[in-house]
Amino acid sequence: MAKEKKLHKQHKTAKNVASYIVLVLISIIWLFPFVCLVLQSFRSYATENGGMVDYLLPKQFSLDSYKWLFSSESQFFKWYGNTLIIAAFVAAIQTFIVLCVSYALSRMRFNGRRALMNFWLVLGMFPGFLTMICLYFLLKNFGLTQAGAIPGLILITVASSGMQYYVCKGFFDTLPKSLDEAARIDGASRARIFFTLTIPLSKPIIIYTALVAFMAPWCDYVIASYVAFGFSDSYNVAVALQRWVWTNDYQGFFTRFCAGGILVAVPITLLFMCLQKYYVEGVTGGAVKG
Amino acid sequence: MKDTENRNVFKKAESAVAGAFRFIGGDVKDIGVTFKEGDYKTRLSFLIMGFGPLMRKLYARGVAYLTLEVLFIFYMISFGWGYLKDIGTLGTIASGYNPDGTRFYGDNSFLILLYGVLTVIIILFFILAWRMNVRENRNEEKLIKGGGKLPKTREDLHSLLDSNFDKTLLALPCLGIFLFTVLPIIFMICVAFTNYDYNHQAPAKLFTWVGFDNFMNLFSFGSEGFGSTFITVLGWTLVWAFFATFLNYFLGMAVAILINRKGVKFKKLWRTILVVTIAVPQFVSLLYVYKMFANDGLINSYLLKWGLIESAIPFWTNATLAKITIIVVNLWIGIPYMMLIATGLLMNIPEDLYESARIDGASPFQMFRKITLPYMLFVTGPFLLTQFTGNLNNFNVIFLLTQGGPQSMDLTGGAGYTDLLVTWLYKMTINDTNYRMAAVIGIMVFLVTAVISLVVYNILPSVKDEEGFQ
Repeated sequence: MAKEKKLHKQHKTAKNVASYIVLVLISIIWLFPFVCLVLQSFRSYATENGGMVDYLLPKQFSLDSYKWLFSSESQFFKWYGNTLIIAAFVAAIQTFIVLCVSYALSRMRFNGRRALMNFWLVLGMFPGFLTMICLYFLLKNFGLTQAGAIPGLILITVASSGMQYYVCKGFFDTLPKSLDEAARIDGASRARIFFTLTIPLSKPIIIYTALVAFMAPWCDYVIASYVAFGFSDSYNVAVALQRWVWTNDYQGFFTRFCAGGILVAVPITLLFMCLQKYYVEGVTGGAVKG
Repeated sequence: MKDTENRNVFKKAESAVAGAFRFIGGDVKDIGVTFKEGDYKTRLSFLIMGFGPLMRKLYARGVAYLTLEVLFIFYMISFGWGYLKDIGTLGTIASGYNPDGTRFYGDNSFLILLYGVLTVIIILFFILAWRMNVRENRNEEKLIKGGGKLPKTREDLHSLLDSNFDKTLLALPCLGIFLFTVLPIIFMICVAFTNYDYNHQAPAKLFTWVGFDNFMNLFSFGSEGFGSTFITVLGWTLVWAFFATFLNYFLGMAVAILINRKGVKFKKLWRTILVVTIAVPQFVSLLYVYKMFANDGLINSYLLKWGLIESAIPFWTNATLAKITIIVVNLWIGIPYMMLIATGLLMNIPEDLYESARIDGASPFQMFRKITLPYMLFVTGPFLLTQFTGNLNNFNVIFLLTQGGPQSMDLTGGAGYTDLLVTWLYKMTINDTNYRMAAVIGIMVFLVTAVISLVVYNILPSVKDEEGFQ
């Protein structure tokens, strides 16, 4: 009996060891590109090459690439600021719109509610880039391209954000309706309930919505490059850094891309890690409700 | 089974059409009755919108209707009609040069189409508003006849924050979606039926309606036609979406189960390591990975240096290899996401289910197959569907890694072997300015997405049987 137990235990330890080996392997694979990115961003521009090289560890650690990004020669911080402005405005306005739409669809019953939801569902099946030339033209009419690309981008991102109500509405659906009803009996209007009752209860979903909205503009390449078209003052970081990687004239810019990438990735990653709890709640809830 | 279902769908469609006709018929009759039985206030409202409510001292409603009518007439005269009248031809006067060599601009087909569409929609909305105006009068008269009291203006306005709060909340979002999503989509659907492309660029040149020519072109298999390229791209799009969805799904679940195991410590650490790929903006991580696997990138350099290979592995330049590499790199992006979702859901499965299975002597694999998988598939069915349709349109991964390459002379429209329909659409818009074919492809993407969604949605267990796992 004792022997069997011991065997069982051994078997279990072996399994655990195997699990750890797999997990360590996974961790290495997952972190390897980021480690490389960090290492290459510290390669010296002056004594080594700024482009691609066939070794990983820099021969000489230096801050050349970072210094260059901070120097007046580069517009990096202009682009960084642009992206930050877009992200902040989009996060604030989009969250507000999503809350409004979700509340109306979750709490109120009105004619055409189902029809509206189905209509938006069908709209979502059209690829977004289909409408690019038309959007460009509309923005141009208002003078919101090239020099005015920043407000233009905010406008088109925010304008269609009402359709992204799923996760938030799913959350509102789980809030007990009896709360609303009690407040209504006390004579509170719908608007009052929305602002003083529902919104304070919705902290997790507000943070989730704002986080997702804030992170999206950092990756927006397609629309941003189209709207800013050739006007480098209006680029966001994605558009600008992309050019350093792809265009052949920028051969020596590879380490600068790495350094810029680090400067973008670190704050975003930290922010994400801090709010990870809300993100997980949001995506899990969204996944279950579809 | 199938047959009866088809017949059911048919019947449904039939009754819907019949219902629509009955509805319109009833509506027309209702309008007639309103006019016949109405007083002069109501009758004048047919011409001057809001006249009735104004005379009945419902100022907010009356002013709203009246303003609407004035604005509409002003819009049509000053702007709308000028474009609407040309929508049949999309302009007849081409731009050119005056005898003295200066340039003059003729009709702008782009503007005619865009504002023409806008005007048509505005007219439809106006008709709707007019109908509401008629019904409003009818209701007010009924209310007065029944001895009821009409709401005061103040009450009317207050209801916008209470019983009509939905209208307040939805007005702005709906307007935004209309202007920046609905209008452009209708415009682009129209473009699919015109010859708007490189040779017909507005405003310098005119473009016009060509019927179904572009769709014929998409399905023509000659050397000029898009047929074979379309099939190639569509095939890869479906293959990609399949692998990207299901490989991520099962491997992500496997990783989640691995981390959830009882013996494993530092659960939070492992999860956090994986989650980094979600947090770092994709253009940083994917562009870097793209460079890592490039012919002169790190991976190839080291393999060459260690003498493992003779020449660089063409990760991105060989069509088959590029497809495989993309799917693998996508795992790197997708597994953490699925892991997060699966972790939460796995904890919801009641522990005693496993306990009793263990007592019955079930192996871990059996437990996975009989308990975990059915549960997960049941709860995440709709999620899998949205993932699949999302992957059909997964622009970022493809575009940041290969930009659709490797390109080939065998494919038309600048397509490459890893292009999805959406990236192809993008290339045609940006590189070739072949708007008409881009619009056709866009419609195809919509059709593919819609058909798959509809079919899958109807066979999902969680839709059929909502109580299944409760």
